[in-house]
Amino acid sequence: MLPFSFIHVNDADAAIHAAGPLDKFLGGGTNLIDLMKQGVERPPKLIDINSLPMQQVEKTESGGLRIGANVRNSDLAYHPEVVRHYPVLSQALLAGASPQLRNMATVGGNIMQRTRCPYFFDISYASCNKRTPGSGCAAINGYNRNHAVLGTSEHCIATHPSDMCVAMAALGAIIHIQGASGVRTVPFNDFHLVPGDMPHKETLLLPGELITAVELPFIPFAENSHYVKVRDRNSYEFALAAAAVVLHVQDGKIEAARIALGGVGTKPWRSEEAEEVLVGANANEKTFAKAADAALKGAVTHKFNAFKPELAKRTLMKALLQTQNAMV
Amino acid sequence: MNELIGKPVDRVDGRLKVTGQAKYSAEFGVKGLTYGVAVQSTISKGNIIRIDTSKAEMAPGVITVMTYKNAPRLKQPGAAPGGNKPGAVMLGEKNLLPMQDENIHYNGQYVAVVVAGTFEQAVYAAGLVKVSYQEEKPLFEIEHASDKIYQPKQNMGQDIQFHRGDLSAGMGAAAVTIDETYITPVEHHNPMEPHATIAEWKGDHLEIHDATQNVLGARGGFAQLLGMPEEKVHVISLFLGGGFGCKGAFWPHSILAAMAAKLAKRPVKVVLDRQQMFSSNGHRSRTIQRVALGADNEGHLTAIRHDTTSETSQVHEFIEPSGLATTLLYACPNLQVTHNIVKLDKSTPTFMRAPGEASGTFAIESAMDELACKLKMDPVSLRMANYTDIDPQKNKPFSSKYLKECYSKGAEAIGWSQRNATPRSMREGKWLVGYGMATATYPANRSPASAKVRIYPDGKATGACCTQDIGTGTYTIMTQITAEALGIPLEKVSFKLGDSALPKGPGSGGSQSAASVGPAVRAAGLDAKSKAIHLSIADRVSPLYGLSETDILVEEGRMFSRQDNSKGESYAALLSRHKLPMLEGEATTNVSTRESKQKEPNKAVNSNPAVQEDEAVQRDKYAFHSFGAHFVKVLVDPVHGMVRVAKIVSVMDIGTVLNQKTAESQIMGGAIFAIGMALMEETQYDPVKGRVITASLADYLVPVHADIPEMEVHFVGKPDPYITPIGGRGIGEIGTTGAAAAIANAVFHATGKRVRNLPITPDKLL
Repeated sequence: MLPFSFIHVNDADAAIHAAGPLDKFLGGGTNLIDLMKQGVERPPKLIDINSLPMQQVEKTESGGLRIGANVRNSDLAYHPEVVRHYPVLSQALLAGASPQLRNMATVGGNIMQRTRCPYFFDISYASCNKRTPGSGCAAINGYNRNHAVLGTSEHCIATHPSDMCVAMAALGAIIHIQGASGVRTVPFNDFHLVPGDMPHKETLLLPGELITAVELPFIPFAENSHYVKVRDRNSYEFALAAAAVVLHVQDGKIEAARIALGGVGTKPWRSEEAEEVLVGANANEKTFAKAADAALKGAVTHKFNAFKPELAKRTLMKALLQTQNAMV
Repeated sequence: MNELIGKPVDRVDGRLKVTGQAKYSAEFGVKGLTYGVAVQSTISKGNIIRIDTSKAEMAPGVITVMTYKNAPRLKQPGAAPGGNKPGAVMLGEKNLLPMQDENIHYNGQYVAVVVAGTFEQAVYAAGLVKVSYQEEKPLFEIEHASDKIYQPKQNMGQDIQFHRGDLSAGMGAAAVTIDETYITPVEHHNPMEPHATIAEWKGDHLEIHDATQNVLGARGGFAQLLGMPEEKVHVISLFLGGGFGCKGAFWPHSILAAMAAKLAKRPVKVVLDRQQMFSSNGHRSRTIQRVALGADNEGHLTAIRHDTTSETSQVHEFIEPSGLATTLLYACPNLQVTHNIVKLDKSTPTFMRAPGEASGTFAIESAMDELACKLKMDPVSLRMANYTDIDPQKNKPFSSKYLKECYSKGAEAIGWSQRNATPRSMREGKWLVGYGMATATYPANRSPASAKVRIYPDGKATGACCTQDIGTGTYTIMTQITAEALGIPLEKVSFKLGDSALPKGPGSGGSQSAASVGPAVRAAGLDAKSKAIHLSIADRVSPLYGLSETDILVEEGRMFSRQDNSKGESYAALLSRHKLPMLEGEATTNVSTRESKQKEPNKAVNSNPAVQEDEAVQRDKYAFHSFGAHFVKVLVDPVHGMVRVAKIVSVMDIGTVLNQKTAESQIMGGAIFAIGMALMEETQYDPVKGRVITASLADYLVPVHADIPEMEVHFVGKPDPYITPIGGRGIGEIGTTGAAAAIANAVFHATGKRVRNLPITPDKLL
């Protein structure tokens, strides 16, 4: 670990004012501190934002929820409004990490979570376009079982690791950002970037900008939503494939659908392709299978992750069937 | 008799552990202590062409940076006494003296140790050491090295290739055959406590705190490599946070700590971090096992073939003896078991909980299940059809074997009779349900050991042997044995172990501690008791004066007349009256259940009747093994293939149970180890660099609570009349054997899909 300075601030203005271009805000630290120990993150200064008044979960005027960026993952998962109106988010949060990690991890930090790609984590590999732009990608010819199959490029195939973000992508959340020049909002699905030829540029957040809150829109049918996660063990493990689904079915017909996938994309993967198949069709296994095919249509696999499209399809199928209270 | 043996006595060190008072090797405060952090190679094959330590040396707090250029020279060890005798040195990497030259044999080999005043300073400076390499093309896969596979004759002095009868005739006579290949991956031990060594030079003496399963082996390792007499090395290992075999051999970080302490002229502590635990302290070898079975229509085996190929490093010939169990599990006249190895440019494998048996029983017990399916025969019935009370390879009866009882108890407890034999036929709600079973077996090892037991004037007593407690409960069962032998309450006894200055004991491996050290402790306790009785009956003022030894019983620390229990006196009264600071009994039991080690005369003059009786047992007539059975119920999601183990019933015949509580824990722990092996554990290497990819507990998966089902453990509990006077066999490893196969067999039953390549992850069930 390299030496760094550490300051503690009490309000957002002070945090933004203090932040140099390479500095990092510290929330729960569950990802950032690991990366600093590995020498991947090397911020000259850490700005502790845990005292900032961003701990609230409040109803918005339009009936949605505004979630402060410092709300802990555990608190959000068990928040009565989330449990009741956005079960997919509660389920996704509880599918992530372990209780100890969820007690520390914040919403803002979860959104800024970085990939678990082992070649990104281990600085003894010279090639990682995320760490060192232009250096190449050791994962493409390496051990890539956990790597992405959607949104990849020849420069990076790293998977976005978050469960929470997959649910938020499905729910069409809005990210509130504050910077030196004021506040702005960004739709969740625009916030994370696919790697393209700039894998090091992962989000739209500019240096010095701070995520202050996430807003969930009012979705009257979001109570019928599910998160399914497939992984190599039953807890404390990242997804091989995950699916967040919100489905509005009336008289057997799908009126609205929100679909996002985890564990397979380079970003939290909202699948408009699957949604297009679903909306207007009858809610049955055949439709769901077609939607799953559509969601994985552009999948690109590598040597060790060839199973992922099929597994992701089945995971999505499982989540869709669960919205029908089927015995699955 | 047997008031304490077998009782579910709480761990005597439990309070120390949960209150943080138990000191592990890294936790000893040594005056002037400095911190050593190792730098490792990032290539797998080649040599160092330049190593620049100048920046590291100038970093704050750095005392010295040790590389092959300035490291103290080590002595090539001679033909060290091998085997399992106390003090036998086992180098983890026999052909690699650490940091003596520029050659690199695997990724993660130590190339420098940075010593600094604080741990943080050492870590920081270690990152400043720059190494340039000349890289050669490495070889990582058995499949790419078929021309380099060879057949070693022996493994640690024991034959390793087996042929009996006529294999091809047996296969030819079979009505039904199967011939399949099973693969087990590299697995890492990952004890909670990482390796740790504190090395302190006191003049020409070396004082060591080392997380080792073998204090005498470690003492010999330090002495041999440093070229000094063993008497000048003192090794202490009071508590271990697990080992599972990775702390059995002598690994380079230990000697590096002593070398760095010499160079720094200060005591040095080296603790491996979790990533380093994946590169230079051993792992379970990857194996490729071909198993062919032939049977007649009634399921009687006519032929067994089990050919194992496992990988080792360039610097050590480690053989994973996967086929050993196959030679003795079932009656079969025609058999071929071979072991083949190949040297790759990867780090060195070692013993890992049931080395050989864990990987081997996955293959043979999966194959038996496949054979049962093909014969349309119940898997338990197939095993019963081939049951043997005689070790068919050695042609000797087992010392005691109650495996039939294990099968029937396990079948009853899991509800085997309700199992529909057709695969993928059973459901519970959304789940596919599967039941599977397999046989467990592990050798009942016993090695020579010595012990001392002392009685003090305050009525307390101590027992002592240099053996280790790797977390299994050795402190507790040795305290029980001492108390029982002396006839005093458990609370009055404490046991000392984990110190090379104490009486000799073997390494804590091969499930041998209880059966090796236990009899020595018992005999030493009986010796002390006898000495006390003799003193009392010869003492004119004693109420027992003039009685004979056989007339005396001891309970609650009080000797009394068998005929009149009002006549008696306590040990405390006797010792106080005689103004004795203590009374000491001792014993050395020179017994081994390993054939090649039989009949070594006990050089110690032995007047101890307990030892004489123990050593007089004709052990070479018997084969010593424990057996058991695992019965497993699994649930599998039919859509995406995630497996959940719902229940494991483990029934074990381990002879006398020494402590019901610690014994159950050992079997449960062993079975949980096998859940990891069956469903998730796999060390992955980068195919280009050969570097471990899964070098953390977030990336290398072991079972968490959510993976662990309802578990039931039963013991047959009948004493083995030949293993020891107490009748108990070791149990540290048998719980891991067979269980992975039982899970795999249950997954097959649930899904109809046979996975022969561990671990069984969801992608393999698509």
